[in-house]
Amino acid sequence: MAIKDYLRERFFPHMWCPGCGHGTVLNCMLRAIENLALEKNDIVMVSGIGCSARISGYVDFHTLHTIHGRALAFATGVKMSRPDLNLIVPMGDGDALAIGGNHFIHAARRNIDITAIIMNNRIYGMTGGQFSPLTGYGKLATTAPYTNIDHAFDTVSLAIAAGASFVARTTTYHARQMTDIIQKAIQHKGFSVVEVLTQCPTYFGRKNKEGSAAEMMENYKNITTPIGSKKSQENPELIERGIFVEKEMPEYCSEYKKIIQKAVKGK
Amino acid sequence: MKNQIKFVQGNEACVEAALYAGLDFFAGYPITPSTEIAEHMAVRLPQIGGRFLQMEDEIASLCAIIGASLTGNKVMTATSGPGFSLMQEALGYAIMTEIPCVIVNVQRGGPSTGLPTHASQGDINQARWGTHGDHAIIALTASNHQDLFDITVEAFNLAETYRTPVILMLDEITGHMRERLHIPKPGKIPIVSRLKTSVKQGVDYHPYLPREDGRLPMSDFGGIHRYNVTGLFHDMWGFPTDNPQIVHGLLRHLLDKIGNNVHLIAKYKEYYLEDATTILVSYGSSARSALHLVNNRRNRGERLGLLELQTLWPFPYGIVREKCANARHVLVVEMNMGQILREVKIAVEDPEKVFLANRIDGMFITPTDIRNILRLIQGKGV
Ligand SMILES: Cc1ncc(C[n+]2csc(CCOP(=O)(O)OP(=O)(O)O)c2C)c(N)n1
Ligand code: SF4
Ligand SMILES: [Mg+2]
Repeated sequence: MAIKDYLRERFFPHMWCPGCGHGTVLNCMLRAIENLALEKNDIVMVSGIGCSARISGYVDFHTLHTIHGRALAFATGVKMSRPDLNLIVPMGDGDALAIGGNHFIHAARRNIDITAIIMNNRIYGMTGGQFSPLTGYGKLATTAPYTNIDHAFDTVSLAIAAGASFVARTTTYHARQMTDIIQKAIQHKGFSVVEVLTQCPTYFGRKNKEGSAAEMMENYKNITTPIGSKKSQENPELIERGIFVEKEMPEYCSEYKKIIQKAVKGK
Repeated sequence: MKNQIKFVQGNEACVEAALYAGLDFFAGYPITPSTEIAEHMAVRLPQIGGRFLQMEDEIASLCAIIGASLTGNKVMTATSGPGFSLMQEALGYAIMTEIPCVIVNVQRGGPSTGLPTHASQGDINQARWGTHGDHAIIALTASNHQDLFDITVEAFNLAETYRTPVILMLDEITGHMRERLHIPKPGKIPIVSRLKTSVKQGVDYHPYLPREDGRLPMSDFGGIHRYNVTGLFHDMWGFPTDNPQIVHGLLRHLLDKIGNNVHLIAKYKEYYLEDATTILVSYGSSARSALHLVNNRRNRGERLGLLELQTLWPFPYGIVREKCANARHVLVVEMNMGQILREVKIAVEDPEKVFLANRIDGMFITPTDIRNILRLIQGKGV
């Protein structure tokens, strides 16, 4: 199927600013789905609130646009009742890790078969540039006008500690890698986390003098390096990208099936 | 199947009724005095191939059951005040997206953590107004286990009929008290199943286009029709819009589908109203004491009657007005500062004749408490 067959054209033009990284994530995600030859009817996309969350409106899947931070909780209900469907949950950094942080770690802990894509632009885009839990110390935001004193989460470490069985990081500069990782994340049976560094030139970029969208993407090339690379050993400041964890673990819906068998027998 | 008689807590009666009504999916978070509902669900649901989920908090619980309902399941969650407060944003979402679900609030004393194991009916107005924005809501209650069974089934039926969340307002007394329960044979109480669309695969389906009677046939989410669901104002396809005409139309639809059907939704019980000069209006566990007093005083020839409300919201103003028209005094009996009193005063023609008999100290209101107030009103002194 061509990429455009996955889109709801009546929903365009999209709402994102020129140069916003969220469009690249949409593009790579659809390529991953195309490569996997998934049926549109077999995909459910659940999202919360944010510029990133609007992604669900543009795709011709079963789409559930919910409330801020709670997408994974809704997705858990859908997945538990229809384990045969592919659940994809794109989230902003605030959506996933501030208001939704609790749902995130618990979905990871259960290892429920959902693909969570965290579109990390280090800012609250939709509400106009307030700092998020991923903005980072020393950065500027409309609510951190004298520099931010909040430290950032490391999404990858957090996801691993919480028990996610697939954890990866990539950026909008590395579109080919992003497609490949999302593809593997969807295929993985268990809770998959893909952190994508994605630029918000309008707020994070402008506030922190990071230049145009192209310059911000170029920067992703400079500040990241493949996991375990020589560069990474020489310069621990660099952010690693690639697949950190990919392991087989009991998946929640399959486990619950066993509970049903036990309960039926013991009745 | 033979008749089943049980001696159970109200919370368990509620579980039995939910299963009778066809419950498939429950998600919750433990909280006194509702916890037994989750515990019984954890045992019973997997036995019938259903699903029980213990979520990380109450809003997650409501979100999870909304997701499960969309795919075609009958769903429920249960909580008490603090958890009900946490749920409010998701409750508004279910109202806006018209997703059937049943939410049980086994009330405790509030505000805040309040009195976890004591009697109160302090959340009646929260059930009505807790979530933001103009909206309509259905909230039901009952005073004994047999009624609670019927009303729980009714909650599921109304949720399906009107595609809306329905709130079941129990309290610590009804939830924890043990009483005889007769579980009716399957089929004895009619069950409303989900109204599904007849639109075929490949044909344009409008998930948010009401039929002439206001009802919205559903297509199981994840099934043959792909559509969008959003808490934003949306058009008939479920796509966000701020077109004033569509916004106005949707809000009116959400209000009218319930507001125009109060006569169909309202459930109540009446005792000795025909010739009553004094009418008690009560609901939930308070109505037990009210009924006790009424029976007692009737034996002594006093013309006392009871109107027991089972539907709290939408408030049945017309019924209350009509039933109380000839009474000299109306005494609202509830365990709060007069949350239903206010509505009764609005309902009757002569609000000066309406009084309150309440307790707000966590103690169950007794027939003597009510009688003392009654004597004051009647000028007899305590
Ligand atoms: C309960 C609640 N609180 C606050 C908001 C306002 N709000 C909408 S989006 C958002 C943050 C979005 O940031 P992020 O999740 O990082 O997504 P982005 O827009 O950056 O893609 C906030 C705070 C809301 N919609 N709901
Ligand atoms: S505000 Fe930022 S995140 Fe939102 S659309 Fe614009 S560039 Fe993208
Ligand atoms: Mg963001």
